Amino acid sequence: MRIIKSKSIVKQVSEMCKKINYELSKDVVDRIKGLLDQEKSDIGRDILESLIENINIAKEKQVPLCQDTGMAVFFVEIGQELIIEGNLKDAINEGVRKGYKEGYLRNSVVSDPFIRKNTEDNTPAIIHYDFVKGDKLKIKFAPKGFGSENMSRLKMLKPSDGIEGVREFIIETVKMAGSNPCPPIIVGVGIGGTMDKASEIAKLSLFRNLNQSSDKEHIKKLEDELLIEINELGIGPQGLGGTTTALSVNIETFPTHIAGLPVAVNINCHAARHIEVTI
Amino acid sequence: MKKINMPLTEDVIKSLKAGDKVSLSGTIYTARDAAHKRMIENLKQGIELPFNIKDQTIYYTGPSPTKPGQVIGSSGPTTSYRMDDYTPTLLDLGLRGMIGKGERSKEVVDSMMKNNAVYFAVIGGAGALISNSIKKVEIIAYDDLGTEAIRKLEVENLEGIVAIDSKGNNLYVSKE
Repeated sequence: MRIIKSKSIVKQVSEMCKKINYELSKDVVDRIKGLLDQEKSDIGRDILESLIENINIAKEKQVPLCQDTGMAVFFVEIGQELIIEGNLKDAINEGVRKGYKEGYLRNSVVSDPFIRKNTEDNTPAIIHYDFVKGDKLKIKFAPKGFGSENMSRLKMLKPSDGIEGVREFIIETVKMAGSNPCPPIIVGVGIGGTMDKASEIAKLSLFRNLNQSSDKEHIKKLEDELLIEINELGIGPQGLGGTTTALSVNIETFPTHIAGLPVAVNINCHAARHIEVTI
Repeated sequence: MKKINMPLTEDVIKSLKAGDKVSLSGTIYTARDAAHKRMIENLKQGIELPFNIKDQTIYYTGPSPTKPGQVIGSSGPTTSYRMDDYTPTLLDLGLRGMIGKGERSKEVVDSMMKNNAVYFAVIGGAGALISNSIKKVEIIAYDDLGTEAIRKLEVENLEGIVAIDSKGNNLYVSKE
């Protein structure tokens, strides 16, 4: 058995919080740069250029790319041969507390949906746990902004709605979101499972490297077709028209019930911050 | 690019057309969800707004904390539609400009036409870039709201685009 001290988890998490809010990962930066030349609208190109300028300024000055430094979302994979000294959940929350304070990141969490008093340290984090083989701890983190989170939707379709029903729901969701979620967006989709599982895997899909497609052939085909269809909608950067509406469509699937076809669409803005470490 | 001095004047507002690129310099105020809710609730109780809103412009933003050596943290726009329920009341009281991102409700656009007001879009998710245009910051009300407090800003060459003009021409709608 391998032992990890919760103190080292706190340190790693706090560093992740700072780094990813200042520096977008290469896959996202390259995708935005790659689409700049293809954008047909003048305003659209201006906006994409400004986004690249913003990415450079944030990295150089080590300041947040976007003032919405998000609600902290984690997917944690815990090796079964691992002993964590202390409490994992507490360690992650402590890491968020420390990282957001030291990094001058915005505290955006309120303690109650109605009373709405800021918790002043951006906790609690949203944490999903999974157990895997081995003795490692993998921590995946994404600060999730709410301009795009608010435009996300879930629907329990009928099995007879099939792939066409799913396609229609995704397109409808992107159209309804329009300019609000800061396009160009990443369209994260979860299909299958239960109502909660569909949402969870839609969120997980947003952690994917943009150069990676689904490993299932029929799902990869759907991702590719939807990306083309979405970019033909004309929404464009910031919703001001253009051909760059989405950077990627990421679909995750899960086995589901004989009676069901749940589909969840979780949208991410272009400031698609995701990072992972293995301890 | 049209250079505009803030606060806006009636003639300037009338001259602006949806799609115009603008560069804004002068005084603006920040307010987002919680500040709007409080302003409107206070008005209902007969309490005046914490600043003279006549001819002023509100920027929908909640900046990240200010790092040592900075004027302000990252300060990009938040999504405007969440303020829509409160906006017509403020327009009736003299608000003439709004800065944010994303579409507005029909009620807001109608009220903008009635009150001769303009809505500017700035780039969402470009908070580090936009904060370079902010030269001075002062919290003037609702300090307890933290990032959502009302701030008076002095901006220089804050670049944006006229998204909805005072005639109701709407860049978000016309793209369809």
